[in-house]
Order: sequence, then C-alpha cells, then structure tokens
Amino acid sequence: MLTFRKGFKDGIPIALGYLSVAFAFGMLAVEKGLPLWSPVLLSISNFTGTGQFAGIDLISSNAGLWEVIFTIFVINIRYILMSLSLSQRLVRDMPVWQRMVIAFGNTDEVFGICMQQKEPLTMRYMTGIILSAYSGWNAGTVLGVLASSALPAMVRTALGIALYAMFIAIIIPPARESGAILKVIALSVLLSCVLSFVPGISGFGKGWVIIICGVISAGIGAYLFPLTMKDEDTENIDSHDGNSREGQGTVK
Amino acid sequence: MSMQKTLLVILIMALCTYIPRVLPLALFREKIKNQYVSSLLCYLPYGILAAMVFPDIFSSTASVISGITGTAIALFLAYRKKGLLTVAVSACAAVFVTERILGLAGIL
Repeated sequence: MLTFRKGFKDGIPIALGYLSVAFAFGMLAVEKGLPLWSPVLLSISNFTGTGQFAGIDLISSNAGLWEVIFTIFVINIRYILMSLSLSQRLVRDMPVWQRMVIAFGNTDEVFGICMQQKEPLTMRYMTGIILSAYSGWNAGTVLGVLASSALPAMVRTALGIALYAMFIAIIIPPARESGAILKVIALSVLLSCVLSFVPGISGFGKGWVIIICGVISAGIGAYLFPLTMKDEDTENIDSHDGNSREGQGTVK
Repeated sequence: MSMQKTLLVILIMALCTYIPRVLPLALFREKIKNQYVSSLLCYLPYGILAAMVFPDIFSSTASVISGITGTAIALFLAYRKKGLLTVAVSACAAVFVTERILGLAGIL
C-alpha cells in the first residue's frame, strides 16, 4: 500500500541527498554575497536544485527580470514533461487541489522515486515523500548558510557528485531489466554528449539539451518498442518492468 | 541588487518553477489512451534523467579523473541494485579518496 509512512520512508534517501546539495547551495549563496535570508526564502518557495543555483548567479550579477524569467523557465521546461508523466501515475479520482499541491513537490528526485512505484500514486504517499524531501532541502539550506565556509573545500567538491549518483541509482536498475529502457538511456546520453561537445552543435542551454535529448530518445524508444496497453478500465497503472519486458518481446 | 528587487526575482523564480510543474498535473486528468504517447511518457523519465547526468557528472567534482571514478562506482553499485543513498555516499567517498590521491601525486 502506498501510505504516508511509506512515502515518508521512500523520501528519506532523497532528503539525505538534498541535505548535502542544499548545504552546498546555502554556502555558495553566502559566498556570492547574497543576503542570508535569500537562499532560505529561495529554497522554501522554489524547491528546485538547478533553478536555484542559476538563481543565485542571476541575483549576484544583478540580472534583468526578463533574463530571470527566460533562464529559469528554460531550465524548468523539463518539469512540464515530468508532470505530464506523473499525471498518468496518480490515482484516477484525485481532486485538482491535491494535484496542485503535489505539483509543488514534483522535483527530479521525487519524480524518479515515484516512477519506480508499481501502484497508482495516492495523495498520502505523495504527501509523505514530498514532506521528507522538502524538510531535507530546507534544513540543508539553513545549515549551509550557517556553516558557510566552515566546511573544507575537499569535502565540498566530493559532495558535487551526490545528486548525479542518485539519478544513476534511479535509472540503472530498470535498464538492467529492460533492453528498451537501456537503449533509450544510451541514446539520450549519446545525444547529450554530442549537444555538449561537438562544435557548431553545442551551445544550447542545459535546459534545452535535457528537453531535446529526453523527447528524441523517448520518442524513438516509443516508436521502436511500443508498450502493450492494459485494460483501460482498470485502475492498475502499467507496471514498468512487466510492460517493458512485453515491449521487448515484441521486438526480439 | 536591492532588497525589493531580490524579493521580486525570488517571486518570479517561484512562479517560473511552479507553472511548468502544475499545468500538466492540473489539466491532464484522464489517462492517455494513445499507445505511442503513453509509451513515450513511460520512457521519458529515463531519457530526461540520463541527459541530466551525462556528461555533466564528469565535471561535477574538482577533477575529471575523480568525476570518472565516482561515476564508475555509482554505475557499478546501481547495477548491483544498491539503494539511492548507498550509491550517492559511495560515489562521494570515491571522489574524496581519488582527489586526495591526485593531491598527493601533485596532479590536483
């Protein structure tokens, strides 16, 4: 059952990861000369990693409002795709106000964990996972602001890889079960490296790269390995592994 | 940046973050029945997360060498189906140790 308790428990690894990333965020904001309250307010109101890191650069460089809108929006366009994916996984009769609450907490990592669940996602579960992740994010920010430069640089640079490693832990196990998912990941990594390194093609903002790679790799994946649809009237949401294997079966 | 403008920027950022998150969730209440679209939405998370990680993970630390070491450890442990926290902490530890060795070798 997807209870509040299970959600909160599933959110703890995210919270611990966030603690270190938000810690780094809080420290960096102070180092860049932002007023102490601003990183805390950013974490409370935004609850997003990449956007907030970009935000402290924008604030410290006294950026114009349109530049802020454009940069943050491009970084966050991926959330449209994630929320669209998530909307397919929620219990069917969930009222709009609950969906609007969940939307605030749909971070990359919360989304990643939710995608691993086989059952439809309930409000209780979502509240649990978001609450624990949100606590970690804000606690980390406050600690980072307070500690500022107390932590030696050697520890700080090692924390930089934490979030990426968490993403790897989310995408690799399903890729081991499903060749289709593995191919989507491989294609996306290849595209992302091309868009980042090849002269003449590179130069897109990271927000655009993520969207382009995500849509092309998933688009080709869906074309080559379409998933078999289940009975439309059941509440059962397509179980990832089961369907992917079926999808694989039709290809091989 | 003045305090008023900082507050305004934070408010704008909050809106630019919340709007893309909320619109699809509030508007798409029905299950998508089209096979292609629902397959695409199923693969999308993997494509997005993979593009977020690579190649940025290699430059997320003080040196590309420690970045590659951390990535290798994370991939290995994730393949062995270890939990999120184990993978993250081990990758950080691998980076830390590698950077100390690089420091001793005079490379970093």
